Amino acid sequence: MTFLTQVLNGLSLGSIYALVALGYTMVYGIILLLNFAHGDIIMVGGYIAWIAMANLGLPPAIAAILAVIGCMALGVLIDKIAYAPLRDAPRLSILITAIGVSYFLENGGQLAFGAAAKVVPSFGDFGSIQLGDASLSGRAILTVLVTAAATAVLTFLVQKTKLGKAMRAVSEDMGAARLMGINVNNTISFTFAVGSALAGIGSVLYCMAYTQVTPTMGIMLGTKAFVAAVLGGIGSIPGAVIGGLIVGFAEVFVSAIGLSVWQDAVVFLLLIIVLVVKPTGLLGRPMTEKV
Amino acid sequence: MSDTLLSVNDIHVSYGAIKAVRGISFDIKKGEIVTLIGANGAGKSTTLNTVSGLIKPDQGAVEFKGESIVGVKAHKIVEKGLALCPEGRRVFQQMSVAENLDMGGYTRSDAENKETIEVVYEHFPRLKERMGQMAGTLSGGEQQMLAMGRALMSKPDLLMLDEPSMGLAPILVQEIFDIIKELNAAGTTILLVEQNANMALSIADRAYVLEIGTIKKTGTGAELLVDDDVRKAYLGG
Repeated sequence: MTFLTQVLNGLSLGSIYALVALGYTMVYGIILLLNFAHGDIIMVGGYIAWIAMANLGLPPAIAAILAVIGCMALGVLIDKIAYAPLRDAPRLSILITAIGVSYFLENGGQLAFGAAAKVVPSFGDFGSIQLGDASLSGRAILTVLVTAAATAVLTFLVQKTKLGKAMRAVSEDMGAARLMGINVNNTISFTFAVGSALAGIGSVLYCMAYTQVTPTMGIMLGTKAFVAAVLGGIGSIPGAVIGGLIVGFAEVFVSAIGLSVWQDAVVFLLLIIVLVVKPTGLLGRPMTEKV
Repeated sequence: MSDTLLSVNDIHVSYGAIKAVRGISFDIKKGEIVTLIGANGAGKSTTLNTVSGLIKPDQGAVEFKGESIVGVKAHKIVEKGLALCPEGRRVFQQMSVAENLDMGGYTRSDAENKETIEVVYEHFPRLKERMGQMAGTLSGGEQQMLAMGRALMSKPDLLMLDEPSMGLAPILVQEIFDIIKELNAAGTTILLVEQNANMALSIADRAYVLEIGTIKKTGTGAELLVDDDVRKAYLGG
C-alpha cells in the first residue's frame, strides 16, 4: 500500500464520518440536542439498502435512493414523535429520550433481523485508477466526490436559501425567530430531514465499503462521527467536515503503521487533546453570555 | 367595525405559580401611539409577549382587527399584521444586517421585501451603510435600529416595541423616539412599553400605568405627564 492509497483511504473513511457528523452538528446547532439516535439511523439505512437489493432484487441505484429517503423520513418521524413534545422540557429529558430512541432502534433491529450480520450485495464494480505504483479505488474516489457534493449543496442551502436562513435564525434565538413569522417546528423538522438524509448517504457509502450490516453497526460509527463533530466544534458545519476527515485519517494512518488495535483509542485521545487545548473544538465558537 | 385595532380584555397570565398579569384591559385605535409604563415586574413585557402569541394567557380575550388571536401561534400572528420588537433587541447576532431584515420579512414574498427594505433603509440610513456587517458587531443603538427595522419588514399594522430605549445613551434615546414618531406619522400604529416614562408619555396619545399586574391609571400622555402620582412614582418627583 502506497502513501497515496492511504491518503485516499483516509479521505474516504473520513468522508463517511463527515456526512454523519454533519447530522449531529446540525441538530445540535438548532435545538442543542445530542441526538444519540443519529448513528442508529445509519443502521436503518443499511438495512433498507439490504432489503431492497437482497430481498426485493432492486437495482443498487434505487436501493441507495430508498435508503436515503428512508433515513430522512425516519429522522423526521423520530423528531415528531419523540422530541417535538419535549420542546419546552428541560434539556436532560430530551437527551435521555434520544438515548431511549437509540436503544429502541438497536433492539428493534435485532428483533426484526436478528443479531447476525447480513451481507449487502455489491453496489457495482467501480474499478480503480492506477497512478504510478498506487492503485486508487474507484469506490473511495466516488465516496469523496459524493461527500464533497453533499457538503457543497448543504452549505448553499444553509447560507443562501430562505429555509437555510430560517434554520440559522431558529438556532440563534427560537423566540425571536417565532416573532419573524418563522414556523419553528417545521424548521426543526426540516433540519432533521436534511441531517438524516446525509446520514442516509453516509449509510450507503458505508455499505459499499464494508458490505455488511448489523443492528449495532450504528453505535461505533455514530460515536466516531460524534467525536468528529465535537472535535471540529459542534454546531459548525465546516467543523464537522474537518473533524470527520481528521478522524478518518487518524484511523487509517494508525492502522497503516501496524497499530490497528489502537485505532479507536487514538481517535478518542485526539478528542481529549483538542478539548483540553480548545474546549469548543477546532472551529467552534466560544460560548457567549446572552445579555 | 370600529377603528379599534387591538383590544385586550381582562387577561391573566402566569409563569407557573407566579401571576405576572392579573386582569389587564386596554385598547388601541388605528393611528395611535399608546404606551404602557410601570416599574420592573409590573407585567408590561408579559402583556406584549401574550399579545404576540409567545405566551398563552390563563384567561381573557385578545382581539386584533376584530378577530380573536388567543391561542393563535406566534408565527401566524405576524402574518396578520402584528409585530413585536422584543426586549433586549434579540437581533440574530451571527447573521448580517441584510439577512436579519430578510428574516423580518419571512412571511412576505421576496419582491415585497425588496420594496420594504428600501423603506426601512430610509428610516434607518445607518442600516444601509452596514447591510453586510454581522449584527453582533453593531453598537447597541444600531442593534435597536436593526430590531425595529426587522419588525417593520413584516409591514405591520401594529408595531409593539418593548423597551426600545433600554441601555442606550440619551442622545440615541432621542433618536429612537424621533423615529418612533416618524413611523407613526407614516401610518404605523404603535404600542410602546417603556421604563423611560418621561419620553414615552411625551410622545404617546394615550397611556396606561401598570402596577403589579394590573392597570392603575389611564389617560392621555399629556395628562399623565403632569399627574402627581405618576410624577412621584415614575418621573422622579
